[in-house]
Amino acid sequence: MNKILLAVEDLYCAIGGREILRALSFTVRESEYLSLIGPNGAGKTTLLRCIMRIVPFQGGAISLLDMPLEGYSQKKLARYLSYVPQSEDRYLPFTVEEFVMMGRYPHLSPFSTPRTEDREAVESALRMTETAPLAQRKFHTLSGGEKQMAFIAAALSQQPRLLLLDEPTTFLDPRHAEKIHRLLRGINRRLNIAILSVTHDINNAVLLGDRVLILKEGGVKYCGAAGSVMQGGLLEETYDKTFSYTRHPQTGERIIVPDVINHEG
Amino acid sequence: MKGNKVILVTALALISLSVVVWAPFVGMEKISPGAVLRGQVDEIKADIFWRIRIPRVTAAFCAGAALALSGMAFQAMFRNPLATPFTLGVSSGAAFGATLYLVTGMGFSLLFISGQSLSALAWAVISILLVYGLTRARKGFSTATMLIAGVAVNFFFSSVILFMQYISDFTNSFRIIRWLMGGFEIAGFRSVFSLLPFVLIGGIIVFAHVNELNLMTAGEDIALSRGVNVKRTRTLLFFATSMMVGGVVSLCGPIAFIGMMAPHICRLIVGSNHRYLSPASFIFGGAFLVFCDTWSRTLIAPAEIPVGVITSLLGGPFFLGLLLSGLSEYSFLKNRG
Repeated sequence: MNKILLAVEDLYCAIGGREILRALSFTVRESEYLSLIGPNGAGKTTLLRCIMRIVPFQGGAISLLDMPLEGYSQKKLARYLSYVPQSEDRYLPFTVEEFVMMGRYPHLSPFSTPRTEDREAVESALRMTETAPLAQRKFHTLSGGEKQMAFIAAALSQQPRLLLLDEPTTFLDPRHAEKIHRLLRGINRRLNIAILSVTHDINNAVLLGDRVLILKEGGVKYCGAAGSVMQGGLLEETYDKTFSYTRHPQTGERIIVPDVINHEG
Repeated sequence: MKGNKVILVTALALISLSVVVWAPFVGMEKISPGAVLRGQVDEIKADIFWRIRIPRVTAAFCAGAALALSGMAFQAMFRNPLATPFTLGVSSGAAFGATLYLVTGMGFSLLFISGQSLSALAWAVISILLVYGLTRARKGFSTATMLIAGVAVNFFFSSVILFMQYISDFTNSFRIIRWLMGGFEIAGFRSVFSLLPFVLIGGIIVFAHVNELNLMTAGEDIALSRGVNVKRTRTLLFFATSMMVGGVVSLCGPIAFIGMMAPHICRLIVGSNHRYLSPASFIFGGAFLVFCDTWSRTLIAPAEIPVGVITSLLGGPFFLGLLLSGLSEYSFLKNRG
């Protein structure tokens, strides 16, 4: 089993007096793919933002490679962690290449201009995300799928050990969503970058993830093998609703199918 | 692509510098460049040229460059093209500091930096914190909250300045009024030297943060996840802009809108990458103010129009244009803070 990369212990976080996360503990191992699911408002985004130190937490500890987060400067932290925020209508006055190059920030010293290795990292990130043809395009001219790819490219050029993603496929059509899923799988398997990805797509969370972390009301409901998520009424308890299951025609794994809504009475 | 930008910045710099070189030869007293070079000008003209016009142009250049650079830093930090030290009331804070010093007649100075500049600097810092606090009090940034906070701070300081002017004697009162309009007619080399440390220190801090400014334009969360120490960067940049605005305002009054127009025009020409935008704004802002100042002393010569009046006349419509074009909404603002 791989070494522990990130350990979250007894995390407590409140924002504006409202408790968001409480007594939350889990670990992420090197090069593992951990899917993060849970109802709206369970604290998934806040958890990612605590790990990236975008929002402060008030209790518990997060440690990266056995050292508490407080021991890292933000710049050093960014050499290990990278974050792709929820896609929103964000205006960026840059070209794709400029933005991806900005991912090299934690590896640059002040005043220095990009070196060969920085250019190579950018090039390979562009290539891997298939955004190389878009390199000179302005950000606001991109489609939603292209923007998401460019955001992932920027996070990749940072060369992190753990990539945090917040609902990377929520607003994408099935084809683009699948592209992102393939890409994430490739990043995980070929580059050995660990992934912690928030999603509402339970099927894909289970199919893609080595393990699945389920949050409910700010705490851990489940953290374990992806295979057991669809069993024992776990999802029903998590989402307070019933689910219909079937078997995947190719793999035989249990998956969810949409419920049929009857309009009776 | 990158080469293009270098060429663009260089071209902009050359045009700007030619304005600066041309400016001291223009005025009531015609002075020809050839004559100055050959040393064939009479004593009076030589005095006008070397002891009045050259320092005046230098001061105007430094002031314009500093204001443009401050405006650019504000636009990036507040993620809004309408955010500048002037529109957000930082200039009036600095003006209040300078007026307070004038009226109370304290007489301190630190090394060779005048007490008036230091007082302006201190109040610039205070008003930045005020505006920033007011903007952040409501979650996230919105153009409305930000501009209203700026207007509030502006009004507050302006009325205190008016009050101080009202209670001071006639001479002081006139001095305050004239100074509030903004101008360089007092500029000699001494004032250039007193301005220089503010512009240099502030400028160096801004130039050292081009990467951080880029990332902060993308959003605080992106900046943090790329490793920018946002708090420290913001503190440093607020300090740097306070230095520049405080220094400029105490010397030549709150000259309006340069900090909004110059960086924005440069953005249209060289793009938003601060690696190119910073030098462009610095040089273009300087030249732009030199240009306005040259107008100010020649349009109705021998009388002068205060340069602040000219920049306001240009800046007002520009500001409205930006507001109406929807560019301010369309740009940085839809992000969360």
